[in-house]
Amino acid sequence: MTGLWVVLATLALGTLIGVIRLRRDGRVRDTDGERLSAADLGSGLGERATLVQFSTAFCQPCRATRRILADVSELVPGVSHVEIDAESRLDLVRRLEIMRTPTVLVLDRAGVIVKKAAGQPRKADVLAALAAAVPES
Amino acid sequence: MRADPRALRFGAAITTLVLASVLVTGSSWLLAAQTVVFALGAAWRSPYAMLFKALVRSAPKETEDARPPRFAQGVGLVFAVVGLAGYLTGITPLALVATAAALLAAFLNAAFGFCLGCEMYLLIRRLLPAAKMEVSQ
Repeated sequence: MTGLWVVLATLALGTLIGVIRLRRDGRVRDTDGERLSAADLGSGLGERATLVQFSTAFCQPCRATRRILADVSELVPGVSHVEIDAESRLDLVRRLEIMRTPTVLVLDRAGVIVKKAAGQPRKADVLAALAAAVPES
Repeated sequence: MRADPRALRFGAAITTLVLASVLVTGSSWLLAAQTVVFALGAAWRSPYAMLFKALVRSAPKETEDARPPRFAQGVGLVFAVVGLAGYLTGITPLALVATAAALLAAFLNAAFGFCLGCEMYLLIRRLLPAAKMEVSQ
């Protein structure tokens, strides 16, 4: 009998987590604006903005996210896309409090993190975040 | 190695049903069977995926990286082994909690397409920076 209650409670918890995740996943949020240098990234900053993606090998939505960001960086001139293997940069992962992959950071031309999205973001949201990061565009 | 996402979802649905039955009936034999299935899944020999292939002949529209779901099957295996130990030693809370954790992960995958096991990877690596997990292709 206890087992049945455990099943019902687990499914209820799963539904709650699932619905919250569906609503929050990939949502672009403002950040407190830490600055990343080209040395931190291991590659140069974009001319106008940089999209930084943290990925791992065991990450399902990382590939789709990579496609979206590559599309966006092709679409918007002066925007570069940097993908970082989270495992080989655990220092950066801890410093930036990255809990999941993919996590996408939007950096302005100076390397200041202006937006952050945990989970696969939608293309329109990335474009909107870029518009905020690159005011003159 | 590539995986058919439909087969993964199908496998997660059966796993959900099996684990829910384990909790309701308290059958350690059924959990032992699911433990073997997790082990086979981690070795990329999932019986549920094979059943799906036998039932559904059409080719998948797109495939995905097989490493995340394989890793998740390994995480499921750990929980199933702990749950099994709980049932066999009569430590009921251990059996219920470990089996419920595996059920939660399987349900989230089946119902929402979220791979909880995959997401745990970065968190585990953050806690255990020294451990380098084998990524077999």
